[in-house]
Amino acid sequence: MTTQTLAQKLLAAASGRSSVQAGEILTCKVDLAMFHDSSGPRRLKPMLEALGTGLWDRDKVVLVMDHYVPESGEESRRIVRIAREWAREQALPHVYDSIGICHVVVPEHGHIRPGMFCVGGDSHSPTGGAFGAYMFGVGSTEMLGVVASGEIWVQVPRTIAMQWNGRLQAGVTAKDMALAMIGRFGMNGGRYQAVEFCGEAVRALSMQERMTLSNMSAELGSQAGLIAPDAVTLDYLHAAGVPGARGMDISHWRTDEDAEVERHEFDAAALAPQVAAPHSPANAAPVGDYPFTPIQAAYIGACTGAKLEDLRAAAEVLRGRRIAAGVTLMVAPASAFDQRRAQEEGIMDALAAAGAQVLPTSCGACSGYGGSIPEGVNVISTTARNFKGRMGAQTARVFLASPYSVAAAALTARITDPREVLA
Amino acid sequence: MSAQSTQHRVWRVGADIDTDQLAPGAYMKFGIEEIARHCLQGVRPEFAAAVRPGDVLVAGRNFGIGSSREQAAAALVHLGVQAVIAPSFNGLYFRNAFNVGLLLVTCERADEIGEGERVSLDLAARQVLRAGGEALPCAEVPGFLLDMVRAGGLMNLLKRRLADGSLARHPLRA
Repeated sequence: MTTQTLAQKLLAAASGRSSVQAGEILTCKVDLAMFHDSSGPRRLKPMLEALGTGLWDRDKVVLVMDHYVPESGEESRRIVRIAREWAREQALPHVYDSIGICHVVVPEHGHIRPGMFCVGGDSHSPTGGAFGAYMFGVGSTEMLGVVASGEIWVQVPRTIAMQWNGRLQAGVTAKDMALAMIGRFGMNGGRYQAVEFCGEAVRALSMQERMTLSNMSAELGSQAGLIAPDAVTLDYLHAAGVPGARGMDISHWRTDEDAEVERHEFDAAALAPQVAAPHSPANAAPVGDYPFTPIQAAYIGACTGAKLEDLRAAAEVLRGRRIAAGVTLMVAPASAFDQRRAQEEGIMDALAAAGAQVLPTSCGACSGYGGSIPEGVNVISTTARNFKGRMGAQTARVFLASPYSVAAAALTARITDPREVLA
Repeated sequence: MSAQSTQHRVWRVGADIDTDQLAPGAYMKFGIEEIARHCLQGVRPEFAAAVRPGDVLVAGRNFGIGSSREQAAAALVHLGVQAVIAPSFNGLYFRNAFNVGLLLVTCERADEIGEGERVSLDLAARQVLRAGGEALPCAEVPGFLLDMVRAGGLMNLLKRRLADGSLARHPLRA
């Protein structure tokens, strides 16, 4: 039996082979195709009609309305209307409309499970890798090929193992780990290979934190961001209502000990909160490297920064305190489910009492499709990208950081080490 | 696909050109004509109006980082850009480009090529030829991706496969 990486095992299974070699080009069968209102129906419907064919398997399709909701303006209303009408016309069984961001809502409903091969019509689709599934992002035309044929080509990647030894300090998160790796290796450090996050610190992360790591493998330039499934994964799936989740045999879905990987080691305990300066996630540096950096707007949102755990982190900093005068703090929870749970825990009230404005649960300002970020300001944000103009305002300077760090900056109106506030 | 002798005028841009530069988020709600009008407006404001069919874009490292929005490649096709030549591309952008019929040429020494230069492409020999005759080596493009670009993108290949029966048709409606 040849030794294989987790990525190789997942791709072997998807291509009906017992083992595969790095560099081989395979045709894989797709277990799940996810897309949203922006990448999905408005592009797929006319192309399918032009081809005169339909969906290969509607049970394997998941549609999420998250980019242009809530609708504002004629064009966004038209895009969302197309999505809703097409969902009805196709009798799609899995449609999640205006209840949160696809990368959070799809796992919430138990669609992504260990061993699956999935594609998403969004660049942050590697989020699914947190469940031990092979998942990556594709454009709309490639998604057309998937929904018409049920197949897609993949070149078997090498595996870059990011091994985090030890445990994170309090106030340091998966977002800080992600920014540190992007800062060290750059936005093409992943070379479109498979990154696998491993080590004690990764195993200690909750499922939502693991999703943040896998999500940001998009910014590392890797195709997939995998984490071997374990009891934490199965507990999440059980809570998500996946039948038999706790009894699932996941022993196969790990990288064999002697499989060939490129390994990088990190000391989790030594990691300080990270902040990425404008205009690249690769400009990440320890928070202490930003003395006296004023902040006028703080944004807690996105699939990678406003899940329940992110909201909890923000509330830990903000509870019983008020944000600084002259700072705007916006919170856009990543899903309605997480917002409801945060409400039950008193988190939403604590954030509002601190001065936060609560925005709808959608992609919002992260994709720059809406317009909540003012021109000319310094913004600190839990989102994934700070390219020039990305959040909609051409002259805004966006710093990326964890929800702890964003909340701390909102309190002090400057970039601040959250550990000072939490101490 | 251009013949080896066809000369292409070069537009230069730097490293890390992201998909928001190529297809700004604010215009994503519109069709490709409108998105293309704003292509690269942040770094080369004159580009979209002045680029001519057959021109090539020569970029620094990591071209196409960011979003899965394939309009970031389709906008260049719409403007008639023949190819993008760069030392490296984002992997997702690489797939999207070929799917919408845009040729990408990975050339480690692309940064030696200057603004306004004339270059030609010899894909069989895997090289970019500069006007002075210098040949810059480039990576092999897998044959099935070259076929895709020659066909004008994945859409046309799917049409072909549906016509010859190698791809089964499914009902258009539920």
